[in-house]
Amino acid sequence: MEKSINITLKVWRQRGPKAPGKFETYQLSNVSTDSSFLEMMDQLNEQLIAERKEPVVFDHDCREGICGMCSLYINGHPHGPDEDITTCQLHMRKFKDGDVITIEPWRSHGFPVIRDLMVDRSAFDKIIQAGGYVSVNTGGAPDANATPIAKPIADLAMDAASCIGCGACVAACKNGSAMLFVSAKVSQLALLPQGKVEAAARAKAMVAKMDELGFGNCTNTGACEAECPKNVSISNIARLNREFLSAKFKD
Amino acid sequence: MATSKKIVIDSKIPEGALSEKWTNYKAHQKLVNPSNKRRLDIIVVGTGLAGASAAASLGELGFNVLNFCIQDSPRRAHSIAAQGGINAAKNYQNDGDSVYRLYYDTIKGGDYRAREANVYRLAEVSNNIIDQCVAQGVPFAREYGGTLANRSFGGAQVSRTFYAKGQTGQQLLLGAYSALSRQVKKGSVKLFTRREMLDLVIIDGKARGIIVRNLITGKIERYAAHAVVIGTGGYGNTFFLSTNAMGSNGSAAWQAYKKGAYFANPCYAQIHPTCIPVHGTNQSKLTLMSESLRNDGRIWVPKKLEDAKALQAGKLKGRDIPEEDRDYYLERRYPAFGNLVPRDVASRAAKERCDAGYGVNNTGLAVFLDFSEAINRLGKDVVEARYGNLFQMYEKITDSNPYEEPMMIFPAIHYTMGGIWVDYELQTSIPGLFCIGEANFSDHGANRLGASALMQGLADGYFVLPYTIQNYLADEIRTPRFSTELPEFLEAEKAINERIDKLMSIQGQRSVDSIHKELGLIMWDFVGMGRNAEGLKKALVELKRIKQEFWTNVFIPGEAKDQNVELEKALRLADFIEIGQLMATDALHREESCGGHFREEYQTPEGEALRQDDKFSYVGCWKYMGEDQEPQLIKEELNYEFTKVQQRNYK
Repeated sequence: MEKSINITLKVWRQRGPKAPGKFETYQLSNVSTDSSFLEMMDQLNEQLIAERKEPVVFDHDCREGICGMCSLYINGHPHGPDEDITTCQLHMRKFKDGDVITIEPWRSHGFPVIRDLMVDRSAFDKIIQAGGYVSVNTGGAPDANATPIAKPIADLAMDAASCIGCGACVAACKNGSAMLFVSAKVSQLALLPQGKVEAAARAKAMVAKMDELGFGNCTNTGACEAECPKNVSISNIARLNREFLSAKFKD
Repeated sequence: MATSKKIVIDSKIPEGALSEKWTNYKAHQKLVNPSNKRRLDIIVVGTGLAGASAAASLGELGFNVLNFCIQDSPRRAHSIAAQGGINAAKNYQNDGDSVYRLYYDTIKGGDYRAREANVYRLAEVSNNIIDQCVAQGVPFAREYGGTLANRSFGGAQVSRTFYAKGQTGQQLLLGAYSALSRQVKKGSVKLFTRREMLDLVIIDGKARGIIVRNLITGKIERYAAHAVVIGTGGYGNTFFLSTNAMGSNGSAAWQAYKKGAYFANPCYAQIHPTCIPVHGTNQSKLTLMSESLRNDGRIWVPKKLEDAKALQAGKLKGRDIPEEDRDYYLERRYPAFGNLVPRDVASRAAKERCDAGYGVNNTGLAVFLDFSEAINRLGKDVVEARYGNLFQMYEKITDSNPYEEPMMIFPAIHYTMGGIWVDYELQTSIPGLFCIGEANFSDHGANRLGASALMQGLADGYFVLPYTIQNYLADEIRTPRFSTELPEFLEAEKAINERIDKLMSIQGQRSVDSIHKELGLIMWDFVGMGRNAEGLKKALVELKRIKQEFWTNVFIPGEAKDQNVELEKALRLADFIEIGQLMATDALHREESCGGHFREEYQTPEGEALRQDDKFSYVGCWKYMGEDQEPQLIKEELNYEFTKVQQRNYK
């Protein structure tokens, strides 16, 4: 049932990548508990605009949990306190009247802050460009049913492929590692016959690019899996390691 | 509207039987040889299914591609949110499907307002799309035997929809994005992210470049090419509340229109029947519940008005109402298609029941989508396997468990069938400007069938444009690259800067969103599910007032030459207001009901859409005539040669 709450927000504000940042405190009243977290942010921004101030900058787009654009580190958790969802699907009914909510950008060497809560995640695109694909041109593909794929394998590939590229795994990791992201793509394609051919080369190229871009190492703390809004499993990292090692042995 | 100066439209439909047209076209079109391809630049605006697949395929062919998007990555384009699936005429289920049947269902679904030749080609290449996507590693759902699985969608009596859980758009987009990424690595495609197209540059009558705003620095940038392709999606966000992403906008298409490209059938907007109802005034967008849910979910409202009143007052819950007191109104009215009638029909039926007072939530603007029968028949596990992620999304948003309580749903703006006019080659009325995907008008007539948007976007990008654009570029092989210092570029940049300065200098009292919400309410009330002449005339008056309010009272904080989200939104809203005006103008002129365009004056005694084929069997193309001038209407007659045009019947 709808009700309204009053909250205090501590929001990270930062003009640019090199500028110093700091928390600003804002009071927000009459927030409907049926609002999504980003609708609450809209409300804050409308309030700031009414005070003729610049609104808080944050990334968002589809607002249904699939585009991977929204981020936000809320009260110490990427995508906030609720389970298995992105920030745009988090609703204000998860908060209580009088709560103080701390909102920060993703903090990682691989994702420099652009402004306020918006970060640069183009490193993820560069990792995919390094090899996150099957090298097939448009046209001339064989009939889609020519190669049967066992349902459990297809389902596993689908689970890995559900990664939305939001970067919560990197933000959650104390080492700033992108292993869950990389392993999800490597696994999806290594599991399927279409991607198997290039599996080893792909793993090597993507890991090398990840290292080059300054992401940290994986020390198996599991924070990435715990915070992933799409439940991408850490077992993908084991599969990536196998592909990577087999590639190294062949060298 | 002025129709005095007669302009004849050439849609360039190839000769021959319907099934031979595309083959004939490909056999006789001009091609560009590999060494010349390297010397030709193509700008592709947009990285959704259409834009990404086009950019990747053109890059593979050897053209130099410049690909732009407003998001931080091409993978974020709103195609990613498509849930249910993609149609193809594979007939893997042996249930009687064929290229012709997919063609026929699409033509009929579009209420006989699409071009026969385009739709047939779409159905023809649909099978290639599935093959291509599987080859890319798209993890479509499979049966235990390892073959691909299918499900049913509205407007069809066969199972031809391929899917990847409830994330089909995501998986197809990531497939196209991976193909695109491969070309980026090869250097054949250059990516320009966080850039928004603000104008089209025309030199000697041909599209030769674009002006964009860098959304991080605020700087205006100029890019030149031999051809420009727009794949920037639809204009559903004119209504403020829609299932579109927050950033989805009609501005690139609108700039093309203002530079001379015809805008076709702007009034054809699709209202999707199964969305989560509006919760309050702070609502920023509406969330779709996939049409695939109608495979197993049953739509109903109470039979008794007193039960509906009790539901609205919160005194009863859906499960409290006994079976015999439920009105499964789609099954009642359309026994042949039942809950799987096309979207326009299902949306209107929901509106009809709610208008009659049978709505089931506190606002009276919702109907039930109920899975209790499916859970009893199949078991909760099966239902969860099919729709689990959708059920989870519903519960997170509404705080109600759809395994226990029927979902509440209501229609919402979802897709726009209208768009930039293109000929058979997907070329607009401006030579060298092409338009693909939802941004064009070409294949869905007055109503799009479910799971056909993904099919059209990928058909255009993978299998149509890479051929047809060569027929144009073959004559451009001697054209050297253009300098962006040419006066046409400088003038376009100057005009953009003046427009931005004007917006920044208003310094009024209203936020961009507050005006956009006002626009949305007027569009929904008067240019929404039910339209009539009186309401549309009122809308036009109101839209004029909103335009005035916007240009005199909007407030944009910050600087123009800097990152400025409010300025981005204001530039889009300025265009949305004008798009709204054109939608209302088109809706007022089209004195018939067809597909998503329902004029209340034109309905059968049973409340079905009543077309006026003798007067309106044409594509309504609008030509821009200048600021605040009435646009000129140009008609492309739809001469149905191969299909018998009839009253649509889903009974």
